[in-house]
Amino acid sequence: MTYPDFNQTVPIDEIGVNERVARLNSRSIKKSSKIQALKLALSMIDHTTLEGSDSPGKVRQLCKKAKQPYPAIPDLPTVAAVCVYPRLVGIAKKELKGTDVHVASVATSFPSGQFPLSNRLDDTRFAVSEGADEIDMVISRGAFLNGEFSLVFDEIAAVKEACGDAHLKVILETGELQTLENVRKASDLAMHAGADFIKTSTGKVSPAATQPVTLVMLEAIRDYYYDTDKMIGMKPAGGIRTAKQAIQYLVLVKETLGAAWLNKNYFRFGASSLTNDILMQIVKQETGQYQSLNYFSND
Amino acid sequence: MSNTEAKEVPYKPTSPNSKLDFASVWEYDPAPQDSDFAEVKEQYNLFIDGKFVKPSKGRYFKSTNPATEEVITEFAEATQKDVDKAVKAARKAFEGEWSRISAKERGKYIYRIARMIQERAREFAVLESMDGGKPIRESRDVDIPLVAAYFFYYAGWADKLEYAFPGKKPEPLGVCGQIIPWNFPMLMLAWKIAPALATGNTVVLKPAETTSLTALKFAEVIKDCGLPNGVVNIVTGAGQTGAEIVNHKDVDKIAFTGSTKVGKLIQSSLAGTDKKYTLELGGKGAMMIFEDAPINQAVEGIINAIYFNQGHVCCAGSRLLVQEGIADKVIQKLKDRLATLIVGDPLDKNTDVGAINSKEQFETVNKYLELGVEEGADIYQAKCEIPENGYFIKPTLFTNVSQSNRVVQEEIFGPVLTVQTFRTADEGIEKANNTPYGLANGVWTDKGSKIFKVGSKMRSGVIWANTYNKFDPTSPFGGYKESGVGREGGMHGLAAYIKN
Repeated sequence: MTYPDFNQTVPIDEIGVNERVARLNSRSIKKSSKIQALKLALSMIDHTTLEGSDSPGKVRQLCKKAKQPYPAIPDLPTVAAVCVYPRLVGIAKKELKGTDVHVASVATSFPSGQFPLSNRLDDTRFAVSEGADEIDMVISRGAFLNGEFSLVFDEIAAVKEACGDAHLKVILETGELQTLENVRKASDLAMHAGADFIKTSTGKVSPAATQPVTLVMLEAIRDYYYDTDKMIGMKPAGGIRTAKQAIQYLVLVKETLGAAWLNKNYFRFGASSLTNDILMQIVKQETGQYQSLNYFSND
Repeated sequence: MSNTEAKEVPYKPTSPNSKLDFASVWEYDPAPQDSDFAEVKEQYNLFIDGKFVKPSKGRYFKSTNPATEEVITEFAEATQKDVDKAVKAARKAFEGEWSRISAKERGKYIYRIARMIQERAREFAVLESMDGGKPIRESRDVDIPLVAAYFFYYAGWADKLEYAFPGKKPEPLGVCGQIIPWNFPMLMLAWKIAPALATGNTVVLKPAETTSLTALKFAEVIKDCGLPNGVVNIVTGAGQTGAEIVNHKDVDKIAFTGSTKVGKLIQSSLAGTDKKYTLELGGKGAMMIFEDAPINQAVEGIINAIYFNQGHVCCAGSRLLVQEGIADKVIQKLKDRLATLIVGDPLDKNTDVGAINSKEQFETVNKYLELGVEEGADIYQAKCEIPENGYFIKPTLFTNVSQSNRVVQEEIFGPVLTVQTFRTADEGIEKANNTPYGLANGVWTDKGSKIFKVGSKMRSGVIWANTYNKFDPTSPFGGYKESGVGREGGMHGLAAYIKN
């Protein structure tokens, strides 16, 4: 397989990207298509806690919510995965045993990645050995911005190897890459180096996920698919708090990549507070009235 | 999607060899725009001298909704007598009250018109879509906001004309006969009426016979805003009514937007008269996509260039010229993009491509589709469902065409794009210019210098770079060659309504 020359830049017209996003945001999603979208979005959430203060107790609560987001409505889907730090993978794994909710773990010296590669590979292996189904790694943004594209490529490939059977999501930290052309280049690099998913952000840098960035990444996935027939997943993370935003993202996916990507195997939301807003909207659609947020557990 | 279904999908990504599949697991429900509030009368009369009056011969013609083929209303047919009445009213107003009003007051009237259109924006948008078949998304987000913007813009000029023409005392021409097409009924009305009023002229306007509804709603605005009687007169009818305006001896200027064929007829009947005229005619816009272009955005630009308003756009980018090295990629992307265009009910908020404006135009476009195939082109149409009733045509691509094909040479005025390739900039420019038209072209490249180099060699009134079909009141618009005479919009648009 031939790799593109990463010193070359794929031109991206930011104005055009913003116009496309604005146009897709004008889609009017109502009635049953809205309910379907809400349930779909719920099933795609990586329910996340990534705080220094996370404890086993906090993670157990998070897992309970992931398995049964809102028991009052029984036929709701579960979320796709819970996402935690490596030390808490074991706890989550135990709590989620017997369900198809995955355990995802951030690794590679998340969120900065500014540690020796050996450390980053070690924490990856540790997370996998604790039972992580999915690894969310960060790329070396300093090296990327310094033009060391082969280094970044090789690091991703090394982490992919360390993952074994676990799925690799590569976090580009688009808020630090600044330009859409850098986002495109980092996406191409990550996909060619072995990413199963490409992901926007750690959630620790502002701005986190945005729709223009997501569209550029989806188009990179589409171009990669045209060239290789391989389907890569997409995960916007951080900053997606409302059901309305989530539906707008689903429209981007639907009209850029089509039906095959509209499931949790190829699209995820990295979010913590999104779950409750989606639940509130689902309850509103089912009962015709909004409930106070007090009716939804904050886990 | 239920949880059980999600479980059945194998977790490991598989690699299907099919191309992108947009036959979705998740479809959008219909999202109809409420239209009950927009009143449509059973019959509309002529608007002359500030009053709605019956046509002299009492004849009316029906207007249909092209999306349903149902008759929605009927319009009066203005005869020579009616046109004469309208011109007399316009003359009286021009010599009377309108000329005594200060420029500042004149501006205030135009501002008032702009605000009243904004207030009734949704109503205008709904009626525009019902009568003409264009998607509500466009009439709501493009047409009507631009209509208000043109009135606001020219309102500002009314008392500043000396600054637009330094050293000159700008004087109005008098009575302006204005004939507008069916593709942007309200917007073309604004392009015509706003600069004419700002410069102190009076107007007799004829909307197109298939799309007169919003012009008559506009007459209500004129009435409500207190504009002196006779300043704006609206007469409805077909080609004969237009001819009566053109040939009326007391009209000082003709402003026409429409086909090149009719434009030539008008020009020949105006020869030897002292009437001024501006003609905005057909086009066959070319879009050059270079290898170094931002391709994904270029594809989106192409879609907006040709499928905007069902391709009923005089400056539509109907010829794609793509550099050979990226041709396959661009065509593949266009085909996949066509699959996501939603064709159907113009009043659905999610519709991207609405109905062809009239039966006549529907037949014309279909004739060209057959012609293209007969001449050996490869046809590709969006795999979409279209409603049983109404005049709908699937967005279409013609590949394997050459410069000599009629679908490449002639203006189709429908959702039909031809795709040709070029190797070098010079070859592309030659193809772009090898047409009797010269209204608009587009160029897509990441290189600023190339935009100017190529753009300066393209023979057309408008060149868009890395975008298409962008309009702004401050920007002049008009054609080279058979695409027209004169400019509308911006300061240039004022010049067409004052004495030399």
